[in-house]
Amino acid sequence: MTADPILDVAGLTVEYGTDRPSRAVDDISFRLHRGEILGVAGESGSGKSTLMTAVTRLERPPARIVAGSVRYHPRDGEPVDLLGAPNRQLRELRWDRLAVVFQSAMTALNPVMRVGAQFVDVLRAHRRIGRKEAWQRAAELLEMVGIPGDRARNYPHEFSGGMRQRAAIALALACDPEIIVMDEPTTAVDVVMQRQILGRLQELQAQFGFAIVFITHDLSLLVELADRIMIMYAGRVVETGAAATIYRDPLHPYTLGLRDSSPSLHGRPRTVRAIGGSAPDLWDLPKGCAFHPRCPRRTDGCDTVRPPLLTVGGHGTACLLTGPATQEQS
Amino acid sequence: MGGVTLSPAVSKAPAAVRRTSRSAVRRIWGSVLLKRIAFYLVAAWAAATLNFLLPRLMPGDPASAILLKMSELGPVTPDRVQLVHRLFGGAHSEPLWRQYFSYLGGLFHGDFGLSLAFYPTPVSTVVRSGFLWSVLLLGVSTVIAFVLGTVLGALAGRRPGGWLDTVISPLSIFVHSLPYFWAALILVYVFAFRLDWFPLSGGARPDLAPGFDPRFISSAVTHALLPAATIVLTSISGWLIHMRNMMASVVNEDYVLLARAKGLSETRVTTAYAARNAVLPSVSSFAVSIGLVVGGSLLTEMVFNYPGLGSLLNQAILNLDYPLMQALFLVISMTVLVANFVMDCLYVLLDPRTREAAS
Repeated sequence: MTADPILDVAGLTVEYGTDRPSRAVDDISFRLHRGEILGVAGESGSGKSTLMTAVTRLERPPARIVAGSVRYHPRDGEPVDLLGAPNRQLRELRWDRLAVVFQSAMTALNPVMRVGAQFVDVLRAHRRIGRKEAWQRAAELLEMVGIPGDRARNYPHEFSGGMRQRAAIALALACDPEIIVMDEPTTAVDVVMQRQILGRLQELQAQFGFAIVFITHDLSLLVELADRIMIMYAGRVVETGAAATIYRDPLHPYTLGLRDSSPSLHGRPRTVRAIGGSAPDLWDLPKGCAFHPRCPRRTDGCDTVRPPLLTVGGHGTACLLTGPATQEQS
Repeated sequence: MGGVTLSPAVSKAPAAVRRTSRSAVRRIWGSVLLKRIAFYLVAAWAAATLNFLLPRLMPGDPASAILLKMSELGPVTPDRVQLVHRLFGGAHSEPLWRQYFSYLGGLFHGDFGLSLAFYPTPVSTVVRSGFLWSVLLLGVSTVIAFVLGTVLGALAGRRPGGWLDTVISPLSIFVHSLPYFWAALILVYVFAFRLDWFPLSGGARPDLAPGFDPRFISSAVTHALLPAATIVLTSISGWLIHMRNMMASVVNEDYVLLARAKGLSETRVTTAYAARNAVLPSVSSFAVSIGLVVGGSLLTEMVFNYPGLGSLLNQAILNLDYPLMQALFLVISMTVLVANFVMDCLYVLLDPRTREAAS
């Protein structure tokens, strides 16, 4: 992997509501490199989807980005802060450079437009291309994900769930983007289809070299797919590092809980344990470390001191147990 | 094409799907259309039959009442007596089934007898002139109200809580709650009586003969402006609120968000993705209101003394003009059916999902 950044997110903070705002994303920073797959994992309500909409500038009221920057580094030219970019520039970058795949591919396609037409309009918005040629390209893109090209003439309701999901991925590839942000793109389909889709996705990624931000609650899935993983809890990053390291030697008790809450796909079988309690109320976050009420290894200070994210050798964690030790090492 | 050979086993093969998908769509579309036509034909027949039976089920003898009234108005020839019996039954008439068939035969020739209120003008002539006035005035103003209301509603609902929404939506709820006849009378008082900008009443200047004469047309248009304005003003808000609410929920759909993520122009996102889906329920309601254009014009036509079907119905009731009433009821029910049929077909074109559901 080359250390060639394509997306630099710094101090991104997103709040819901204005009177008594809740922070769904709190001071998150990460860097995405060209051709890299970055996995983002966490429970429901951990802020992963909010992070995704903020990074792609698709946030909607009552969500508001209150601080931070999202800098996109084009291959040529100066970096662009997507948060401050004028609408026109943003629109030009969308899909051409930065595409998305939604959690709910079932509802992400316009029900009254032919599937192909939804490729054609985006192709014609970003490329100088004739209508006929665009339909041709739509068929090619569908074939790429294993859907017969002439099905482009169908409406979304004539597609099966798996087909719609694959069509949504093909759609993201339409303008050959540099970054694709995917929010749980395989959650709505069965496991067999999920395998197929992810396999195809990896092949396409190897072929075209786009970078992926892959958001999911399924940590075991990320281990196979992602280069690096970022674990989120209550709107903050609690652990980040290389995928294999995070999975094998998680430092944060939450990561450990997340890993052990789903069966391992490879390696030795182990007991599956749920994390006790439930995700915290964002309007009323626990003091100190937000995870401490559920943490099995809670000690003194966990309920008063909020541990910062400390990174050593590419592996970062925000926990008092591991924090001081890594500080001494650095 | 490949449609004939389509069996479940074959259709699973991708090649077969490729060959048959388009012709299959066309075939489904065709069968949907046939089913609808059959349904509406049955409904039309039922309406015509009810229209035949109702006067015969009425207590007393409408035919004798009509004949009595006709004799007061002038001499009654034997064939007119026969016509009244054919349409309304009566003591000296033929058996019911023969009456029924001659009634149906008369319908196909547009023969409804003579109007009592406008004696001795044939009912068909009376209805035809009223129909034109009503359809032009109400049809045009209903379409205008629908289009304006839907466009404004789409604009307001595009950004719920935006400036347009905060101005337009409360205003339209206010207008919506005004009683129609009151609003219409106020407009007549201000613009026709006080300011004298528009004629007070009627469909056109009475001294001009109806026809394709520029003077008549311009007179008809100036007479129609004020009543049309009252209809548009009072019915626009219903469309507006309806569309605004649909739009406000559709803009949160994933496909609209995805359209924005695709970097399409704001106009394209609003029209092809959001409004295109939000308008579907409005189209169904529009079908109903277009159908009611013919029957629901009573208040407007009374306030403005407009020579449409509403006024005719009013006069028919006041004069116990059964032939005219019978014809009007038939025209109203047929118009509702035709409007619904047209809108049904349109809806199938607008919403591809209904094509499968209907088949």
